[in-house]
Amino acid sequence: MSVDIDTVKRVAKLSRIACDDARAQKMQGELNAILGFVEQLNEVDVEGVEPMTSVVEMNMRQRSDEVTDGNKADDVTANAPASEDHYFMVPKVIE
Amino acid sequence: MSELTSLTIAQAREKLLGKEITAVELTDAYLAAIDEANKTLNAYIEVTPENAKKWAAISDEKIAKGEAGALEGIPVGIKDLFGTQGVHTQACSHILDGFKPKYESTVTQNMWDDGAVMLGKLNMDEFAMGSSNETSYYGAVTNPWKAKGDDTPLVPGGSSGGSAAAVAAQLCAGATATDTGGSIRQPAAFTGTVGVKPTYGRCSRWGVVAFASSLDQAGPIARDVRDAAILLKSMASVDVKDTTSVDIPVPDYEAAIGQSMKGKKIGIPKEYRVEGMPEDIEALWQQGIQWYKDAGAEIVDISLPHTKYALPAYYIVAPAEASSNLARYDGVKYGLRVTGDDITDMYEKTRSQGFGDEVQRRIMIGTYVLSSGYYDAYYLRAQKVRTLIKRDFENVFNQGIDAILTPATPSSAFKIGDEEMAADPVKMFLNDIFTVTVNMAGLPGISVPAGLDSKGLPLGLQLIGKPFEEEMLFQASHVIEEAAGTFVPKRWW
Repeated sequence: MSVDIDTVKRVAKLSRIACDDARAQKMQGELNAILGFVEQLNEVDVEGVEPMTSVVEMNMRQRSDEVTDGNKADDVTANAPASEDHYFMVPKVIE
Repeated sequence: MSELTSLTIAQAREKLLGKEITAVELTDAYLAAIDEANKTLNAYIEVTPENAKKWAAISDEKIAKGEAGALEGIPVGIKDLFGTQGVHTQACSHILDGFKPKYESTVTQNMWDDGAVMLGKLNMDEFAMGSSNETSYYGAVTNPWKAKGDDTPLVPGGSSGGSAAAVAAQLCAGATATDTGGSIRQPAAFTGTVGVKPTYGRCSRWGVVAFASSLDQAGPIARDVRDAAILLKSMASVDVKDTTSVDIPVPDYEAAIGQSMKGKKIGIPKEYRVEGMPEDIEALWQQGIQWYKDAGAEIVDISLPHTKYALPAYYIVAPAEASSNLARYDGVKYGLRVTGDDITDMYEKTRSQGFGDEVQRRIMIGTYVLSSGYYDAYYLRAQKVRTLIKRDFENVFNQGIDAILTPATPSSAFKIGDEEMAADPVKMFLNDIFTVTVNMAGLPGISVPAGLDSKGLPLGLQLIGKPFEEEMLFQASHVIEEAAGTFVPKRWW
């Protein structure tokens, strides 16, 4: 399978990565090289094989449902590019 | 001064506890060495001298009081992927500009609890995506090794290139690293150091910047097998904060070193004999087999039939997981923000300027293979292939094999700015051809320096073990180290 320019642009949009025509052109070749490489997986007979969900056979550990953390609004917003009163500031979203 | 930095962790530990040297002296010696070398090698992207001196002084007090921890006063470097409280943590990406976490990763906290001293943060491929350390926002790292009679600067491998270069050039006693497809073992092989990728679940992933969560695993890069064992003992733990951390006590890895290999079965997989592999590497592999025969081990030819599909399956699974892990970088919560016309424009501009080319490629591939209509053909199939790869290993271990011996890399270190690798992303991927199977199956692996090639550059052999049997890897790799010795680059920087 290979991707065309429109698909590259659609994937860029889904990835939230700005992608102009020149960049899409370059990406197309690179993505197709990678997709070409992974194509060989089609040779493998995977009939009846369970997909891997965990490399280690284990039951996910459960913990008791209790509050162990919190009241860290200062810490949570400390690294934000823009924040005010413990809110993350973003450009206007609703008209 | 250089005498102090040439001590292994085991040697420094003895001298510190014997009061022959102080932790402050040792730390000062490393800081001076970094000061001299880092402009040339670019292994550290942030040095923390004040903290280091303060911690070293505390270590000296603890040693005086007889309260020394297992790594008391040992100066270490930390890969930039590990969250270190109040200190530069950016996965060597532009998108995490200025990020200083308010928390400490479990692995580094374990080391500080044991008394280790942090010298600074080490260079790496951006988000651990790369095999040459050239994708770092902070520039390439130069390998302390050079080919005989050739001044060309070489890569240290990646993604833990800064860790490997710093250990090889004696700019830290040992370093933390991470391995998603070979990022500990390949740079260790390229720099003549020992690198351990533990079993998935052995070291907590908590507080480590995520790349591909089902494959990422932290481990040490060290100067010799014993130092690697000492470091892993400290780094590994059972951690309630990581749900994939496995509830098995951490053994004393050092105790395994020197145990006899008599009667142990070493598997030699025929699928690792790849076309176009340099003669030097084939010869080294044969040499390794001979060393095990001499040590009384039994050599068994084995087959891991799905080996060749590990790398293509990896390049579906890893980008898929990366695309979702890296969705959090949006210019809102931390790091870089590039303003835009509206919020979507801001996201898109931030991510296109904040992520480097390799990271963008992988996010795009990951998004594509997970997108509607393609999931079954790519991601689901890759996860099925992964089951088959793991089954190959289980079959072999069920036959009684104790460890598997393979080359660590298909070549020695290559030059910085290699045109062929730059032109073809897949060519760079092939660096991980011998290491990636281990991540896909969640197994432990170690890369040990085993010799120099005809150019005078280090080559490593890899040992692969059963889940949570890292002890066997330390036991077995010691045989190679005893026979081959250790390797230190000639100082030119």
